[in-house]
Amino acid sequence: MSVRRLAAQQPESFAFSPENLAWAQTQIAKFPAGRQASAVIPLLWRAQEQHDYWLPRAAIEYVAKMLDMPVIRVLEVATFYTMFNLSPVGRYFIQLCGTTPCRLRGADDIVAVCKSRIGEQSTVTADGMFSWLEVECLGACCNAPMVQINNDYYEDLTPESFNKLLDDLAAGRPVQKGPQNGRHASEPESAVKTLQDPALYDGSVVGAWKKRFEEEEARARQAAADKEAADRALAAQAAAEPRPGKPDATRPQQAAADTPADRVAAGKAPVAPTERAKAADPAKKLSDKPTSKLKDAKAETGKSDESKG
Amino acid sequence: MTKLIVDGIEVDVPADYTLLQACEQAGAEVPRFCFHERLSIAGNCRMCLVEVKGAPKPVASCAWGVRDCRPGPNGEPPVISTRSPMVKKAREGVMEFLLINHPLDCPICDQGGECDLQDQAMAYGVDSSRFAENKRAVEDKYIGPLVKTQMNRCIQCTRCVRFTTEVAGVADLGAIGRGEDMEITSYLENAMRSELQGNVIDLCPVGALTSKPYAFKARPWELSKTESVDVMDAVGSNIRVDARGREVMRILPRLHEAVNEEWISDKTRFIWDGLKTQRLDRPYVRENGRLRPASWAEAFAAIAARVKSARPERVGFIAGDLASVEEMFALKALADKLGSANIDGRQDGTALDPRFGRASYLFNASIVGIEEADAILLVGTNPRREAPVLNARIRKRWRMGQLQVGVIGENADLTYDTQALGAGAETLAEIASGAHSFAGVLKAAQKPLIVVGQGAISGEGGLAVLSLAAKAALAVGAVKDGWNGFSVLHTAAARVGALDLGLVPGQGGLDAAAMAKAGALDVVFLLGADEIAVEPGAFVVYQGTHGDRGAHRADVILPGAAYTEKAGSYVNTEGRVQLGNRAGFPPGDAREDWAILRALSDVLGARLAFDSLQQLRKALYEAHPHFASIDTVAPADASGLAALAEVGGALPRGPFRGAVEDLYLTNPIARASAVMAECSALAKGAVPLAAE
Repeated sequence: MSVRRLAAQQPESFAFSPENLAWAQTQIAKFPAGRQASAVIPLLWRAQEQHDYWLPRAAIEYVAKMLDMPVIRVLEVATFYTMFNLSPVGRYFIQLCGTTPCRLRGADDIVAVCKSRIGEQSTVTADGMFSWLEVECLGACCNAPMVQINNDYYEDLTPESFNKLLDDLAAGRPVQKGPQNGRHASEPESAVKTLQDPALYDGSVVGAWKKRFEEEEARARQAAADKEAADRALAAQAAAEPRPGKPDATRPQQAAADTPADRVAAGKAPVAPTERAKAADPAKKLSDKPTSKLKDAKAETGKSDESKG
Repeated sequence: MTKLIVDGIEVDVPADYTLLQACEQAGAEVPRFCFHERLSIAGNCRMCLVEVKGAPKPVASCAWGVRDCRPGPNGEPPVISTRSPMVKKAREGVMEFLLINHPLDCPICDQGGECDLQDQAMAYGVDSSRFAENKRAVEDKYIGPLVKTQMNRCIQCTRCVRFTTEVAGVADLGAIGRGEDMEITSYLENAMRSELQGNVIDLCPVGALTSKPYAFKARPWELSKTESVDVMDAVGSNIRVDARGREVMRILPRLHEAVNEEWISDKTRFIWDGLKTQRLDRPYVRENGRLRPASWAEAFAAIAARVKSARPERVGFIAGDLASVEEMFALKALADKLGSANIDGRQDGTALDPRFGRASYLFNASIVGIEEADAILLVGTNPRREAPVLNARIRKRWRMGQLQVGVIGENADLTYDTQALGAGAETLAEIASGAHSFAGVLKAAQKPLIVVGQGAISGEGGLAVLSLAAKAALAVGAVKDGWNGFSVLHTAAARVGALDLGLVPGQGGLDAAAMAKAGALDVVFLLGADEIAVEPGAFVVYQGTHGDRGAHRADVILPGAAYTEKAGSYVNTEGRVQLGNRAGFPPGDAREDWAILRALSDVLGARLAFDSLQQLRKALYEAHPHFASIDTVAPADASGLAALAEVGGALPRGPFRGAVEDLYLTNPIARASAVMAECSALAKGAVPLAAE
C-alpha cells in the first residue's frame, strides 16, 4: 500500500447514467432521512464501475453533492479503501494476491510475468489493455497462486498458464475462469491420497466412535476387577503361609569409615602427616570449573606437543 | 454517582464520567494526545491507558465509561491503577510507537518548549528507540495563510479535524489514506474557511500545525506573558499576550468558561503584526495642509489655541471602538470641564442609549446563557462575522439539539441550521404582533433569545427597530423572572463601557453623526475614532495608535497606546467588566491615553482631578461602582425595556445590513495588519466549493 492521491489527469465532469442514478436513489432510500451519507460506499463503487473502474475527482464531488456531504468526507472514504482506484486502470485490471500462501506457491513468478508484460504496478500498458496491482489476501488460498481480473478469479496459475491467459485476454479469446490447471474447485490437485477407506462410505462407520468408547470402557472395568481379585488372593495366601522375619535385612549397613581407630583395629598403619598435607594440596583439588581446568590441561599438553614437534 | 478506587483513593463520580475524568478527580495524572474536553472522543492515541482490575488488557481511559467498569466479586468498587508496572510499560510502548515516525527535529520546531509530545516523552517515555528503519515522510500541506503545516510531525490525533468539524462548523480538514499513510489535509489543499481556525494551533499536541506568522520568531520561554483582554470584538475574549521586550510576538487564548471557553478568533490571535506597522510614535501638527512631526508641547499648544477660541458648544468629542473605560472616563471628565455636551461613544450611530436602562444595551442572556436558550432569533446580525467566538457558542447550543434559529436579515452560512424569516423590520413587526409563525416558536420556548445586531439598530430608524425588538421580546415572553432574552450583540469592545459611562450627548448636545457634519463644530476630538468621516471644516484632533482614517483627517495627532500597551478596563457585550494589562510600552513618544488627556487638560486650563491611574480608577469607581467588580456581570434591571418598547417610530425600509462587512478589517490595528489583509482577500475571493 502506498500514499494514494487523485490522478493528475482528470475528466471535466462526471454524472451518473440514468439507470445508475435511479439505482443510486434506491440505495439512498435504504437509509433514514438525514442518514443519506451511509450510501457513500455503494455510490462511489457504482461511480467507479461506470467510469472505467476508477474514481475521478469529479465523481467524488458529484457523490458528495448528491449525499449532501462535505467533499473531504467523501475523499476520506475514497482514499481509505484500496478497492477504489483513484487513477486509470487497464481494461483488464489484474489484482495479484501477494500474501503468504500465494507467495509460497509461486506468486513471485506471476509478479515477474506482470512486470515483464505490463510493467510496474499501477501503470497501464500503452494499448490500455492491462494494469496490475498487488493486493492482500483474496481468500482463495487453496488455489494459490491466483489473481483477480476485473470481477473474476483466475487460480492455480503458473507463469505459462498466466501468460496464456493474458494472451487470450489480449486477443479477445474466451478464457476459463477459476482454476487454470483442470481442477474444478479446490479439490485435491492430483491422485486422491486420503479418505480412501470404502468403509467410510458404506455406512458402517456410523456409530463407530461410540462403539469404540463403550468397548474401551468395558475393557477397563474388566481389568480393574481382575486386579482386585488377584490382590485379594495374594493377601489370603500371605495370611495362610506367614514367612519368618529377617531383622538384618532392614538394618542399615554401617558405612566403612577411614578413621584412625578403625585403622588401628584393622592393623593398618596410621596416615602420615605428609600424606595428609598432600591430600589438602589445593593444586590437586578438582576445579569447580572442570572445563577451564581441561582447557588449561589441553593448553599444557599442546605446548608440550609443540615442544616435542 | 459511582464509587471507584483510583490508585488507592476512593472517589465518587457521576456515572457518565469517563475513566479519565474519574482519574483526574482522584488527582491522578493521565497523559493524553487525542482526548480534548471540548471535542468528541476519538480514542486513537492510546496514551491514556490505565489498568482496570479484572480487565485482561490496559484500557483507554478516555473512551471507557465509569458505568462500564465491573465491580469486584463481592460488589467492591472497581479498582483502577494509573501507576502500576503494566500501565508504565503500556505508556512506554505507546510512546515508542508514536516516536517511531516522529522526526527528531525539536531544535527547529516551533512547538519546542510547549509540546505535549516532548513533555510526555520526557515524563512517560523511554530514552531510546529500537526502530532502525527509515521514518515515514509526509508532504506538507497548504491549509491557509494562518496555519503552517509540518506533517512529518503529525501523530494523527485528529484533534484538528474534530475541532473544525464540531466547533468551527466547517468540514475543511480530514484524514485521507489509512494506516501509516494517513494524512491530515484540507480538500485539495484549499485554505480553511473558518474564522476560528487558529485554534487548531493550540489544539495540535505536536508541532504539525503551528502559527505561520509566528514561525521561527521566538521561543516560548523567552516571552513575557501578560494576561489581558481582547478588544477585536465585543466578546472580550480572555487572552495572553506574549511579548519579547516591548514587541508583541503572539496572542494566545486564556480559559474563561463564561466568555470564550478556550477559543479565540483568528482576528484576536493574528492581529499582533498590526501593532507594529503604521504606528503613530510622535505627535503631528498639520501646517499648510501637511502633517509635520511636532513635540507634545507644540501639539497641545495648537489644540489649546483652537479650543480656547471656540465656544464650548462648538467643541465635540467622539470615542472610538477600542477605547478603554479609563480613557473614556477621562474624556468625559474633560468634556464636562470644558462645558461641552457634545460627546458620543457611538461612532457607528447605534440607537442604544443608557436612558432606557442598562438592560436596553446589554447581551442580557449572557454568553453562557446561550447554552440554555431553546429558540433564538437573530435580528440584523451575522454573529459569525461580528463575534465568531459567540457564534461558536450558538453552534455549541445547536449541536445539543432541539434549537430553532430564525434569522431576520442577511441569510448567511452561520455554521448551523437557520430559518430565513425575512430581510427587514417588517418581519420583526410581524413577530412582535404574533402574526409570524416563528413568534409561536419563541412563545413556546422556555428561554427564547432575541439577539439584536448593530446592523439593525444603527442609522436611520435604528431606535424604532430597537424599540420594536424590545416589544417583540416582551411579546414572546423573553423577559421574565430569571431570564432576560433581549440581548444586544455589540461589535465594538468600547461600546458597552461608553454607554455605562454615559458617553452620549448631554442636554442640547450633538451625537456623533451630527458632530461629523460640516459646520457643526469648530473642534472635534477623536479618541481612536477612525470609522467616522468628519466632514471638512472642523479642526480635528485625533488621538490614536495608527495612521489610519482618523489620522489622515486630523489637524493634530496625539499618539496613544494600543490595547496591549496600556492597563484598562473593558466591558464586554454582556456587561462583564474585565481588566486588560500592559504587555509592553507604546512606541516612541506615544503615551497611555488617559495620561495624554490629563496632560492636555492642564494645557486647556481644565485640569482633571487625577494624576495617576490609581487616582483615576478611584474617581471612576466612585462615580460608577460597578466597574470595580471585575469579571462579574451585574444582572441589568429589565424594567426600562417596557419604556423602550413604547418608543416606536417609523421603521426603516429595506433589508438589515450586517454591522461588519469585512471581519478582518474592522479597526485600525486590523487594517494595519498584513495577515488580516491576506485573510480578508482570501475571504472575499473564496469561491464556495461545488458541494457545499
